Amino acid sequence: MHVPDGTAAIVAEGLTKTYGEKEALNGLDLTVARGTVHGILGPNGAGKTTLVRILATLLRPTSGHAFVAGYDVTAHADEVRYRIGLLGQHAALDEELSGPQNLHLFGRLYHLGSRGAARRADELLAQFDLADVGKKPVKQYSGGMRRRLDLAASLIMSPEILFLDEPTSGLDPRGRTEVWNAVRSLLESGTTVLLTTQYLEEADQLADRISIVDQGRIIADGTAGQLKSRLGADRIDVVLHSTDDIEQATTIICRATGADEATPDAYRRLISAPVKDRMSALSGVVRALEDAGVKTEDIALRRPTLDEVFISLTGEHHGDHNTQEVHA
Amino acid sequence: MTTLQPSTFITAGGRMKRLLADSSAMTWRGFAQWARTPGQFAVGLAFPVMMLVMFAYFLGGGMAVEGGGNYTEFLVPGMFALTMAFGLEGTMTSITQDINKGVLDRFRSMPIAQSSMLVGRSLLDMINSAASLAVMVGAGLLMGWRWHGTLTEALAALGLLLLLRFAMLWVGIYLGLVAGRSELVQAVQILTWPVVFLSNAFTSPETMPAWMGTIAEWNPMSATAGAVRELFANPGWTVTGSWVTDNVVLMAVVWPIALMLVFAPLAVRKFTALSR
Repeated sequence: MHVPDGTAAIVAEGLTKTYGEKEALNGLDLTVARGTVHGILGPNGAGKTTLVRILATLLRPTSGHAFVAGYDVTAHADEVRYRIGLLGQHAALDEELSGPQNLHLFGRLYHLGSRGAARRADELLAQFDLADVGKKPVKQYSGGMRRRLDLAASLIMSPEILFLDEPTSGLDPRGRTEVWNAVRSLLESGTTVLLTTQYLEEADQLADRISIVDQGRIIADGTAGQLKSRLGADRIDVVLHSTDDIEQATTIICRATGADEATPDAYRRLISAPVKDRMSALSGVVRALEDAGVKTEDIALRRPTLDEVFISLTGEHHGDHNTQEVHA
Repeated sequence: MTTLQPSTFITAGGRMKRLLADSSAMTWRGFAQWARTPGQFAVGLAFPVMMLVMFAYFLGGGMAVEGGGNYTEFLVPGMFALTMAFGLEGTMTSITQDINKGVLDRFRSMPIAQSSMLVGRSLLDMINSAASLAVMVGAGLLMGWRWHGTLTEALAALGLLLLLRFAMLWVGIYLGLVAGRSELVQAVQILTWPVVFLSNAFTSPETMPAWMGTIAEWNPMSATAGAVRELFANPGWTVTGSWVTDNVVLMAVVWPIALMLVFAPLAVRKFTALSR
């Protein structure tokens, strides 16, 4: 069997997972470099959680191979388990026990011994700002505290690789920022992070590289910047004074930028179009709209967002466009 | 820092050491839970006592034991068997809670002896049920129940009760794993009632319609209750002369073992199938 080179933290080759007729993974290939944050971005049911469960030794793939920290996840599950941490969608904690008791239990199960487990629990409680929680059972914790304790539990072994499966779903903005900051601080210790998310902003904020997953396979891969540039270069956003002008303005903007299509959003009075040459497009659009007497409130040049990449890559069969393509 | 490493799990001795260490951590978890929720623990112990008091004093006055025996003497061994059978629910609930909270997944992603999850559960539930049985014996003694046989026979009776509980443990683990995230737990909790009442725990199957009486006689719980009455030399309805009642002690051994032979492999297979 081929064992991949030691520079990659995670290697997946042709992973498939079928449940009866349903294909959760459909020949997925993935390489994650050590010490990086890799985002797995995809809609619900794309196969993100199935992928994480296979890599975390919870599920066996139907076919294909996966190596985590250099070990085959099915043949050497114990070696993998000593080197990973898993943060699932819901806090996996014993609700009746206190925070320190939870960490103590998990530490013992990592074979740190009773005293070693207690010491590690104290360290983590201090690190995650939970030192003063006392003997309160976890069921009395707030959502953010629970998440921090859950994260602390996945870091007991200072794992080489941490799996975060939609770590901020259901958290308020403050809880989300807390988790993001915790992930960033992990990077300083050299931990590799595999992050699944439905939130483009989260992938954009945290991930060095992003793989977009749809229907059980990776359909695009690269840095956020690379993915954005796949959608064409920069874009121009024009906010109109009045919705009435939107059709006329769309036609004018297409002509002035030489773009095949522009995306009008009547609700926000916004028209967005790709541009080839930034400055000539800007002055061309401004002049053309002025000549036609269309009043504007704002005109800006920007890079495309990951949303636009995501929707253009996965949109065809999901049909959940927020905006409507107009062909000029 | 670690005392156990993957390399030590290659040998049988290393694996055994890990299984013992992990099972004891799992058991520690259960003790810690009980210590944290003493009220819940006490209610669990008190519930069968409450049932015993209700049936002995609210309904017992209207019950006549064939041959003129004392109803409390008849009822108490039946309630012992019932307490063991109800243990099924506790096992099932613990398993489904661990699945729903994701705790089971956290354990499964750790380098533990995977069987320690089942070993720990078994130990905890058996300890809990033994405590429950001790409380019931105490309550029975206070209410005037006595055993009239030898001490050996009394200990054999307690052994048969715990054997039934151990069989129920595997049924509970299997049903808990099958139920997983569904509403099956509640269905089983409700269905347990008619199943335990369709037995000889409270009254003679002879007083029931014929077909029900036959089911009640063959109910595994009836075998245990009947055998325990025989071993404690408490009044029972063993005079009917049907095959099951004549061989009640044998059936009290055969039934739990048969249940285990069916449900333990099913439970283990379901457990390993979590990764499928």
